[in-house]
Amino acid sequence: MFAHLLRRLGQSVLVLLAVSLVSFMVFRHIGDPTISLLGEDASLEDRQALVSRLGFDQPVPVQYLHYVGNVLQGEFGISYRLKRPVTEVLAERLPATLELALVASLVAVLGGVALGVYTAIRREGWFSRALMTVSLIGVSLPTFLIGIGLIYLFAVELRWLPSFGRGETVKIGGWTTGLLTASGWASLVLPVCTLALFKLTLIMRLVRAEMLEALRTDYVRFARARGLPERRIHYGHALRNTLIPVVTIAGLQIGSLIAFAIVTETVFQWPGVGLLFISSIQSVDVPVIAAYLLLIAVLYVCINFVVDLVYLLVDPRLRRA
Amino acid sequence: MTPPTSVAPRPVRRRWRESDSPLLRSFARSRTVQGAVLVLALLVLAALLAPWLARQNPFDPAALDLLDAFTRPGQEGASGTAYPLGSDDQGRDVFSAILYGLRMSLLVGVSAVALSLAIGVPLGLVAGYAGGWFDTLVMRIADIQLTFPVLLVALLVFGIARGILPDGYRDDMALYVIVLAIGLSEWVQYARTVRGAVMVEKHKDYVLAAQVIGRSRTGILVRHILPNLLAPVLVIATISFALAIVAESTLSYLGVGLPPTEPSLGTLIRIGQGFLFSGEWWILLFPALVLLALALSVNLVGDWLRDALNPRLQ
Repeated sequence: MFAHLLRRLGQSVLVLLAVSLVSFMVFRHIGDPTISLLGEDASLEDRQALVSRLGFDQPVPVQYLHYVGNVLQGEFGISYRLKRPVTEVLAERLPATLELALVASLVAVLGGVALGVYTAIRREGWFSRALMTVSLIGVSLPTFLIGIGLIYLFAVELRWLPSFGRGETVKIGGWTTGLLTASGWASLVLPVCTLALFKLTLIMRLVRAEMLEALRTDYVRFARARGLPERRIHYGHALRNTLIPVVTIAGLQIGSLIAFAIVTETVFQWPGVGLLFISSIQSVDVPVIAAYLLLIAVLYVCINFVVDLVYLLVDPRLRRA
Repeated sequence: MTPPTSVAPRPVRRRWRESDSPLLRSFARSRTVQGAVLVLALLVLAALLAPWLARQNPFDPAALDLLDAFTRPGQEGASGTAYPLGSDDQGRDVFSAILYGLRMSLLVGVSAVALSLAIGVPLGLVAGYAGGWFDTLVMRIADIQLTFPVLLVALLVFGIARGILPDGYRDDMALYVIVLAIGLSEWVQYARTVRGAVMVEKHKDYVLAAQVIGRSRTGILVRHILPNLLAPVLVIATISFALAIVAESTLSYLGVGLPPTEPSLGTLIRIGQGFLFSGEWWILLFPALVLLALALSVNLVGDWLRDALNPRLQ
């Protein structure tokens, strides 16, 4: 298992290197920073000065090493659009996205597992069937339509919940949080539903399928024959053995939550990094695009690593190997 | 001896139900599939016939009448023209806009699938047949790309293409850029599936026989192996068609897809959302419903093909 973790670590480093290369190419070769930062009518000397200050007159491999070195120190250059350091801009926006993704993944995983177990145990009940039909529709709908539908129902018609922004936030150190105010939680409800719904239906269907599979196995029949209470059979035997594929898929899904947050953040004008990324793409703000890419890659690699560790927790066989 | 009875023609559905083709059998069995195919056929037809069905070219400013802006569905505008699904802030007929938008959405979907087929299938064929460093290279790239969600890859390609293109061309090239973005983000699925299938096929007797009689590598790949891979490729193509349509509408909704001068359904929904709070619900609702019907029917047809063409499920 230790060897496996090491191998995964090696792969992660490879992915990060590849992404940093792409990110560097984007940063270096797209757009003209002298025009973006100085404007169209800067003098030739000013341009030359900026080019040498940014190090763009050196050989490309040297530039790449500089870039990686800067990135490792948290230095991503200056945003063309906002004319501020990219690190500062990202740090300002990151808490909003992370809070949204965290709450959404909790809802998706807990809700998905609970509903999956329920629909597997009460397979014939009308509620289970209704859930399965609704989830089929949920899987094929574009996320933004769900978001707009929720806004129409709860913000326009019923006027229960706000439709945009984060509500009031509290500043703790460098971290702004909406989790400590009532309006913060109210603003969180609709975006979280939008973001979590798709993942929730996916996890629910997976848990259901795996549970049904497990309930047919010999050890479950044997447990029944021994007269164990149903509750212990369902949660102690069946559910435990479905967790490996569920952890794998849930990990992948949480990773893609951060990317899907781009859509949700646009629908609800949520001031996170996703919204920043979209406006950067529209205005070709290259340093921000490059930095966002690296940020996502790092988050992904971290999530994959955590998933590997969780395997150790759920599967005792891996601990011995 | 029984008298010859006149044989009544058996109802069509009965014949399909007993047909040898699993495709027709499952089609006859499921009302949902029949409905989905019908809806999809109607939508495709409407998109193809858009210039004749639409009552105005909604993107020709000369055809619009500003006085008719915000006409409610089914009512007549100030100029006396009737608007079945209402009109938007510029007096544009929502019905015509949807027809043209649907056309763009389907066009992008089909072209993106064609592009990812054209990239993924040859790469998968060669990688699976030749193996070696080429195989390793292609699969490593595929692995790295798969780490990221399709949407993010498409956004990145879009951003890069926008950065490379000079300012004035960005809107004109938007259609090509979005096809490129979606096509490049989907090729991995084809390459992986085709590669896996080729690795199985290449050890079969018919391939060995073709090698023995001295056919060229290209000949074996294209004439012998490729035809045996059509079923899995077709299944992925329908699923990725559904994904491409959703991806296009999402990108356009985000404002990085097709511009308002050349809108798809996603662009129309983006425009419509601006009027959600002021009560002009029809500008948003009707394009959204059409997109919903399109996404759902393509998905259902894709599921049907997957189940019917998958030999393991029969």
